Amino acid sequence: MPSLKDLKNRIGSVKNTRKITKAMQMVAAAKLRRAQDSAEAARPFAERMTSVMAGLAASVGQSDGAPRLLAGTGSDKVHLLVVMTSERGLCGGFNSSIVRLAKAKIIELQAAGKTVKILTVGKKGREQLRREHADKFVGHVDLSEVRRVGYANAQSIARDLIARFEAGEADVVTLFYNRFQSVIAQIPTARQVIPARFEGATTNALYDYEPSEEAILADLLPRGVATQVFTALLENGASEQGARMSAMDNATRNAGDMINKLTIQYNRSRQAAITKELIEIISGAEAL
Amino acid sequence: MAGSLQFDLVSPERRLASLKVAEVQIPGAMGDMTAMEGHAATITTLRPGILRVAGGADGAKAYVVTGGFAEINAGAVSVLAERAVPLEDVTPAVMDALLADAREAAAITTDKDAAAKMLADFDALKIATQGH
Repeated sequence: MPSLKDLKNRIGSVKNTRKITKAMQMVAAAKLRRAQDSAEAARPFAERMTSVMAGLAASVGQSDGAPRLLAGTGSDKVHLLVVMTSERGLCGGFNSSIVRLAKAKIIELQAAGKTVKILTVGKKGREQLRREHADKFVGHVDLSEVRRVGYANAQSIARDLIARFEAGEADVVTLFYNRFQSVIAQIPTARQVIPARFEGATTNALYDYEPSEEAILADLLPRGVATQVFTALLENGASEQGARMSAMDNATRNAGDMINKLTIQYNRSRQAAITKELIEIISGAEAL
Repeated sequence: MAGSLQFDLVSPERRLASLKVAEVQIPGAMGDMTAMEGHAATITTLRPGILRVAGGADGAKAYVVTGGFAEINAGAVSVLAERAVPLEDVTPAVMDALLADAREAAAITTDKDAAAKMLADFDALKIATQGH
């Protein structure tokens, strides 16, 4: 049975924790709005880009002269997994869910006899993967100094990926990130970026192309990779803040519950102490 | 005169402009072209250069764009530029930053001809912007 003083200290410390989690929740809410805005602002470009590329890919894709970024290297032996996680913790299951998906994929690929390489973006995922898969790391992108993710960050990651692909270090590149659906739902997603995959391609046959379709496609594909990386980074950023917000909301609520419970316990012990003293006085008086 | 051509300029990070104009001069990869209402549907890649629009509600505008592409329809032009900066904001410092970035990209690409062309375009662009 803890003493009254212990209980009081305990309540004080939980109250402080609640203040911190509450503040973190509010900060995350503000950051979430900003992250959502930038994800929203980036959408028109990504959508146009994808639709034009999908159209081009549908008409050029089958020919022999298709660019390597679309057609692939002809083998799928070496898989490069780009695991995008956050730089900071305290965001619930955000990082674990991405890592879990990546680990499942690694096991699946290894069972199929493929070589797996891992490039991590954000240190939290790296820490979680290090235990089992440290031998597969080929690189790490540190974004902890970046206050706001810009297209330039995505571009440098994309350049790195393309360089590795061109050098024959990877045949297939897949991004792992959390797609933002709502504050309480982020969906871990794996998206193959090299060779490029397009769904529901429609031919835009009505256009003149200057220069040729092949040349445009070859020019656009590297930019397409950068755009997809950028989209993934932004979605991930919004998801992280969303996850942190709901995690901190839970923490704040738990702290509140705990304070209530501790307060009841404190009051009970205080009451018990008073009763005990009264009994002592009364029995003392009766003894006289 | 307010134009009748819908012009959109989009960069990866945001939509930079969306207005009605009369004509758009595009620095296409195969040479400059001017698109006006009723232009044949065309998709062209961009070279680093200056994109000009004229006949908008608030006069002519110019932007420095690096690579990307333009989609031209009879009634609309959408330019998707990797980087786009209003010409009046392009200082020598901005230009140098763009140039440094281009050199970095050129250094890792395997297509040396395209890289050389891109750098030459950048040099021409630098000279063109010095008047401002």
